Parts: sequence; C-alpha cells; structure tokens
Amino acid sequence: MYRYNPTDQQLVDDRVAQFRDQMGRFLGGRLSEDEFRPLRLQNGLYVQRHAPMLRVAIPYGTLSCVQLRKLADIARRYDRGYGHFTTRCNIQFNWVRLEEVPDILAELATVQMHAIQTSGNCIRNITTDPFAGVAADELVDPRPYCEIVRQWSTLAPEFMFLPRKFKIAISGGAEDRAAVRVHDIGARARRDADGRIGFEIHVGGGLGRTPMVGRLLKDFLPREELLNYFEAILRVYNRHGRRDNKYKARIKILVKDLSLEGFAREVEDEWAWTRGGPATLSEETFRHMEAFFARHDTAPAPADEPADDPGHDLAHDLAFSRWQARNVSAHRSASRAVVTLSLKKTGVPPGDATAEQMDGIAELAERYSAGEIRVSHEQNLVLPHVARRDLPALWRGARALGLATPNIGLLTDLVCCPGGDFCSLANARSIPVAAAIQQRFDDLDYLFDLGPLELNLSGCVNACGHHHIGHIGILGVDKNNEEWYQVTIGGQEGEGAALGRVIGPAFAAGQIPDVIQQLLEVYVSARAEGEHFIEVVERIGLAPFKARVYGAAA
Amino acid sequence: MSRLIRDGQFIDDCWRWLDADEAPAPVPGERLILPSAVWQAHRPGLDAARTGVWLAPDDDLAPLLPWLATIPLIAIRFPVFTDGRGYSLARLLRGRHGYAGELRAVGDVLRDQLYFLQRAGFDSFALRADQPAEEALAAFRDYRWAPFSRG
Repeated sequence: MYRYNPTDQQLVDDRVAQFRDQMGRFLGGRLSEDEFRPLRLQNGLYVQRHAPMLRVAIPYGTLSCVQLRKLADIARRYDRGYGHFTTRCNIQFNWVRLEEVPDILAELATVQMHAIQTSGNCIRNITTDPFAGVAADELVDPRPYCEIVRQWSTLAPEFMFLPRKFKIAISGGAEDRAAVRVHDIGARARRDADGRIGFEIHVGGGLGRTPMVGRLLKDFLPREELLNYFEAILRVYNRHGRRDNKYKARIKILVKDLSLEGFAREVEDEWAWTRGGPATLSEETFRHMEAFFARHDTAPAPADEPADDPGHDLAHDLAFSRWQARNVSAHRSASRAVVTLSLKKTGVPPGDATAEQMDGIAELAERYSAGEIRVSHEQNLVLPHVARRDLPALWRGARALGLATPNIGLLTDLVCCPGGDFCSLANARSIPVAAAIQQRFDDLDYLFDLGPLELNLSGCVNACGHHHIGHIGILGVDKNNEEWYQVTIGGQEGEGAALGRVIGPAFAAGQIPDVIQQLLEVYVSARAEGEHFIEVVERIGLAPFKARVYGAAA
Repeated sequence: MSRLIRDGQFIDDCWRWLDADEAPAPVPGERLILPSAVWQAHRPGLDAARTGVWLAPDDDLAPLLPWLATIPLIAIRFPVFTDGRGYSLARLLRGRHGYAGELRAVGDVLRDQLYFLQRAGFDSFALRADQPAEEALAAFRDYRWAPFSRG
C-alpha cells in the first residue's frame, strides 16, 4: 500500500485546519450558505434528508486494517454505529453532526485518510479493479498509476471548479473490472509491441441523467505522458464544458457537441504544449510508486497460525463449497486466493457495514490478508491476499460476522444507492425494494441455478446505483408524488459495456419482485445449457420479456 | 481602503477599470484596464505601458498573443467564484504563452480561493469588497505544501 510522506501528511493536516476555519465561519454566520456549499462539498459533506452526510475517500478502494478500524471508531463515536460503502468505493456516514465534521476529518488524518474531493465539481476519487495487483489476468498493476493520478488531482489548483464532477477509472486486467467505459476518463493499461506500458484512453462515459458509453480517444498513450494528457483533457473541458445547465455540464456532452474528432483535436493541441513538459513522469517515479505496491504473494503465509483448523471436514460441507464457488476468486499465485466478503445479506441495506463488522474485517485482514482490504464498486469488501489453507478459518470468521453470504455475482448481490430513505436527491426509496427482492429470491439452489446476474437499483436519475449497466436495472421515479420503478434489461459493464433498455411502463414497488420473477422465467425457459441471463437478452431481445411482463397490453 | 493584494500586502490600485461600454479616453498619465474587444479595436493608438486588458472567462486569448510582451497587466474576471475557467486562462498565459506581466484576479474573488488562484499563476488579487483583510492575507498560507506538478 501507499504510505504518506511528510508532504502528503502536511496537506491533509492543513486541510483539516482550513476546513475547521471554514466551518467556524459558516456556523458563525460569516460565510453564506452559497459560499460554504462548494467548500463543504469539496470536503465530502452533504446536507441530507435527516442529517449531514460525510463521504470519506478510499483512494482506489484500498484500505489498511488500521484505517478500517478508524472508520469503525468514527462510526461508533460520531455516527450510529455503521457506515455505507458506495459504488465509487468510498464510505459514507449518514448521521454525522455538522459541527463535529472537522473533528472527524482530524481523526481521519491520523490514519492517512481524508474526505477531499469526494463531492463537488472537481476530480473525484480515482477507482480501479478491486483485484488489482493479485488478478491472474493482469497486464499491469494499475495502483501505482492510480496513486500518481491521486496526487496530481488532489487540490489541483486549476481544476477545483470544473463545470461538473469528474470521475476517472484505471484498470490493468485483461478483463475490465473497473467499468472504465462509464467514467469521464477511463484508462486501460496496454503494452505495445516493444513491451512498453501505456494506456488506452476512453472519454465521455458516464451514467446519470444522460447515460453514455465512453468513446475511444487514444489507443495507446505512453505511460510517461499520463498526467500531461489528462491535464490537456481537463483543460479543454474546464474551458469549454457547458456551465449554463448543470444537466448538460458533464464532459460527455462536450464530446458530443464537438464530436469525438473535434474534441480530440482540441486535446491534441493542448497536449502538444504539455507533452514532454515538467509533469512528464520519469522511470524513477514509476519505480518509486511501484515499490509501495510490492506483491504479497511471495511473502510467507502467516506463521502464528498452525494451518488453522483443518479444512478436510469441510470438503463436503455444502455451505462452505457454495461460498468457495461464489466468494473465492483466483489469485495470480496458486497457493492464494482472493476472497469477497458479501455486504449483501438479506435484510441489510446493500453496502452497509456495522462498526463491529468493520473491526471484525480488520481482524480477518490482519490475520489472513496482509492487513489489506479492498472496496469493490459492487459494494462488497475484498481480502486480496488469502492463503488457500486459511480459507476454512476465514470462512468461519466471515460467517460469524454475517459476511459470508455465498451470493457474489448472483441476483441478490445487488447494487443499490441509499435512495429516498437518506438522500435528498432521490425520487424514490431503493433499500426497501432491494430488501423485497432479496427476500423473494432467498433460495440458494435457485440463485445458483440462475447463475451470474447483476441487478442494479437507483433511487433517481443520478444513477448512483448504476442501474444502466445492470443486467436488470431498476430506476426509482416520481409520478405525482408517488414512487414508481422503471425496469431495464440488457445493460452491462466491462468490455462489452452497454446501457440497459427500458422494458415498458413503470411499476409500483410491490410489483417489482413479481416482475423480476417473470423476467427470470423467460430467461430460464429460453436459455441453452450454460447460457447466462445477459447472453439470453442479447440473443432473443426485449420482446419476449415484454410480452411476459405486460401480456397482451405490450 | 484598497482591496488589492499584491506581493502579500494590500496596495493602492493605480489602474482604472473600464467596462465594455465605456470609451477608452484616458486623462494624461492614467492607466486603464480595457475589455479585450475595446483593447483590440484601439490598440495602435494607446500607450502600451499604461494599458492593461481584462478578459471574461470565455474570451479568446489569440488576439493578445502577439502583444503579450508589451502588456503590463492582464486581469481575468470571475463572474462567480465557482466559474473555474479563469484558472485555465491563467495557466495558459503563464505556462504555455510565457506571460510575465501582472496577472490579476478580479470579480468574485474570495478569501477561500486565494491559495488556488495564486497557485494557478495569479499575482494580484482584487478582493470582493466584503472580504476581511487580515483573513485574506492569511489565506495565502492555507497550505504549506506545493501541488504535485507545476511548470
């Protein structure tokens, strides 16, 4: 993991002091609400439905056990004993007190954390593959590049007041597990014919009100030019992005207005100046950053534990084998595994973890995963460095914490925003709908039979639940002050990124489990051996699903 | 009292600001800051050493570029502090085009943005009238750190 140097620490400490002063002036009536709002948003502080919400940055989704314990401590002392992991790999505290936020930021700074740029019209937290550094299919470990971009974008003076928010994702696997094509900038690591590392750059992707799949802007950007090129993109956007209408202010609209070719010309012109300039990255910088992310799979397995309680009695345990099938993924080292802890237990809001769970996970990470935890954009937590012989012990530990639901990648591993229960932007609640779906489909045999299926749920068009890229997407809408839910199918992330298509008129909340049931029935009756839900949708199209759900009225 | 900060202190402003609809008629010895379009129209007849230019956030830099070495002051107007275009204009003028004269932030210039404005290349700051003087001077020291990449 990256460790702060004195400059990084100084920055977050100064930030705490600056924000404490700003908060003091706001509470003292010397800073107006309009002037304070952009400042507090740049520190991740929202004013929500019930209480202020603080969003804390988890850079590229990587946490140490020390940091996770601090988050548990904050949840206990400043919130109601839990936190919510988000689809952008951050954590939100939903019940903080305004006047205590500077103290929370000071607590975070003691473990090299902050809330800088987790909201506002600036460059947001960089996201990546939760399996970065351990995935078997990895071309390049993206984390050193994430850290370089994190440092560059943190308080970047030129880009603190962009037309709108700006999200960057970087991935390094053969498979794209960072959804790079639904980000303002998405970078995928590549190697050229000579083995040199570079990036394929996508621009203008994003969900929200006007969902778009990103366009390929450059097929190979040499890695040393990463910041020069990003700076060129950001400058073109900062100068020419629309500021008259917040709904048309994202970079995707600028790319559309200028055309991809026109936008690319502007970027090339800017890059021609910055190229090879002072922000060009040196081999030394790469080596320095790479050293922070040295591989753990060469380290000996934890010695204090005598290969824990033997796993052989579990070989025929159905619960353990189900968990292994869904929650354990291949590690680049055959003797290790990547374990996903499910935050999708039925009855618990997706992505929520209690302080006790966070402490428990920190303990598991310390014992079994080199002290490291990842947050996935599917709102689960990942232990990336687990010795295979420790899997039974880890499973027991996770089960005791309620984190071993064997549903990763299945229907009930659904992605969901906080929705109308918390968020003041929401048009409809999302958590109760998610709970109803999880309750209806709680039969594991059935879920396993259905196979991989991504269901995403957002409480409004801002799409924090990423409903557009769910194989099944559910969007909460408001009609005459009533909550309705629109259903899409056929969305997906990754290589074949596509946006889901609406199947027809919206439904009341109570109808949703039945609608899902009907969609699944169409799938099951149409599928060939081994064919997944999304593949069936691609093959047979929307019509059979519509006909089943809406009957003759369709 | 002057609301202009330069080199870490409040100084008297010896420039007169002209809005778009005013004629550039300086009294002898006077220094004027003209809107870009007016400056372009009258440039040959003006005393270059006593003529500055102000830019709106969407103004084009191209007409100024051949004359940058002779322009003593360029002001960039912030209609509202959340309009970040002026930061990129400053960065372009300083970095890409090597402008070395005074670069002034004017308009909705608030204490909480001074650090970033300075970092983007501004070296004088016409504060909005209600900003407390002492706090504004202190704001340049909000951070003891320098951004990752500058040049």
